[in-house]
Amino acid sequence: MRGLALVIGAALLAVPFIPAPYYVNVASQILIAAIFALSLNLLVGYAGLTSLGHAAYLGMAAYAVAWLTTRGGLGHLPAAGAALAITTATAALFGVLALRGTALGFLMITLALGQILWGVAYRWVSLTGGDNGLTGLTRPRPFGLDLSSPGAFYLFTLAVAAVTFVMFAVYVRSPFGAAVQGARDQPRRMRALGHHVWLVRWVTFVFAGFGAGVAGLLFVYYNQFVGPQVVGLTTSAEVLLMVISGGAGTLLGPVVGAATVLLLKNVVSAYITRWVMLLGAVFVLIVVFMPEGLVPGLSRVWRTRSTL
Amino acid sequence: MGFWLIQSLNGLALGGLLFLLSSGFSLIFGLMRVANLTHGAYFMLGAYVGLSALWMGVGFAAAAAAGALSVAVAGGLVERLILRRLAARPPAQRTLAQVLVTLGLAFIIADGCLWLWGGDPMPLPVPPSLGGAVRVFGFAFPFYRLVVVGASLLVALGLWLGLERTRVGAMIRAGVDDMEMASGMGLPVSRLFTAVFCLGAALAGMGGVLGGPILSVYPGLDTDMLPLALVVVILGGIGSLLGAFAGSFIIGFVYTFGQTLLPDLAYVVLFLPMVLVLVLRPRGLFGARTA
Repeated sequence: MRGLALVIGAALLAVPFIPAPYYVNVASQILIAAIFALSLNLLVGYAGLTSLGHAAYLGMAAYAVAWLTTRGGLGHLPAAGAALAITTATAALFGVLALRGTALGFLMITLALGQILWGVAYRWVSLTGGDNGLTGLTRPRPFGLDLSSPGAFYLFTLAVAAVTFVMFAVYVRSPFGAAVQGARDQPRRMRALGHHVWLVRWVTFVFAGFGAGVAGLLFVYYNQFVGPQVVGLTTSAEVLLMVISGGAGTLLGPVVGAATVLLLKNVVSAYITRWVMLLGAVFVLIVVFMPEGLVPGLSRVWRTRSTL
Repeated sequence: MGFWLIQSLNGLALGGLLFLLSSGFSLIFGLMRVANLTHGAYFMLGAYVGLSALWMGVGFAAAAAAGALSVAVAGGLVERLILRRLAARPPAQRTLAQVLVTLGLAFIIADGCLWLWGGDPMPLPVPPSLGGAVRVFGFAFPFYRLVVVGASLLVALGLWLGLERTRVGAMIRAGVDDMEMASGMGLPVSRLFTAVFCLGAALAGMGGVLGGPILSVYPGLDTDMLPLALVVVILGGIGSLLGAFAGSFIIGFVYTFGQTLLPDLAYVVLFLPMVLVLVLRPRGLFGARTA
């Protein structure tokens, strides 16, 4: 296991040395999507709450930092801080509304809230640029480093991704994380034991929103553009699919799911025109053969192979 | 005065289409507890099949039937071969698996339609017998939209009679209320599920053909229609035909007037009431109290 982790770590650090910058950029996109998927996984996998509106927080942070740097005149660091604060506040508010519902109600309320933000992004043209989005963004220069090259940006993203991954890992492995999973599995028993189930879920919701906000910042820095699709239902559905296909409730699942979807989107699409159909077929096959997700499914296959 | 009337009629037409789309969704979810996120794709597929049928020269009614039938067959196959396998899984995993598989199928159908019919938006031609305009209080209004309203009312009536007055309808209602009890009483659960799924898909497919002249047929129709179906069903209540009916027309009116009066906030106007309803009354207007 240690050996495998070292190999993966070395591979991740070696990416900037790939001769084709296109693939380095794909790797950056995978990392950003992985952070986004990991944040949703807190809700879907660990809290047992399926959300179809998580793009709201990605988009909120993206639009906030874009607007603050281009029209608000703020520098990168204060804009990023403000954007994260705004996103976390939005998640706090939306969490209160969404947690009024249980499984399906929660799904629908999160969907509706996401669509409301999308509607605002799409139609309030004077604020958000509408379908044209906000352009003219620049990448930040943390500690004076230039991030315009794919390799440099990738390493910056890798650093942020590593930190957020550790944050999420600490969260789910903590006693609080155990309470979250308990609230997912046996809410009544948890209440009987004295846990405040609503609060545990709400805190997870806010933290998940914060995580999506971080991904949103990186997204804007990478693309140097933000448009309404970022907040849309397709984005919310895509990240949900990444989580479920990779394996909800595991730490590596969302990363694998993100990699699968993005590799199909950006790499396979060059060779196979009907890659969307292929992606759909992959999802269907995962449900039929590995319904718990790729990571748990593959480890199950690995374990049973070892006993043969 | 004329403006309000015209927009009301537009709202009715949209409501009718939404009813065709969401009544199936509501039944499928109410009876089988399957959130069929492929439903928007069924709507679109039906529209494309109807379009091809019309190109081949058949009449409009036959094209609508072709759209409905083809989608019903597709839906039946999906239900039998894929969704059935999910029934045995634990509930938490089942929901996620349903989301994944139904969205995956939606991707497949949507890309298939793009492949077979191309990416250009195409209006479904209105049959000459249903074309033209009528004079309404001095304003011209497309006759076809009134036909859509009429058709959806007929379908609503048919569904209501079917559910309330036939044995099969009673079985469906029993299953929606309490599946465990109903199957314990000897209901043919397996055949019922397939039948309801096919019916729901057929309604969506027919809705796609009927909506073709108004909405056009284009890639992305599925992702435009699915959230509307979800909103209607949530507002109206799951598993309730009356809820789907009321929800469809409420949303039809809200959306139409929202688009014309407050174009900047059209989506907010649409989804905000839904959030309010969910926050104040999670089971919707006419939904049953879920366990």
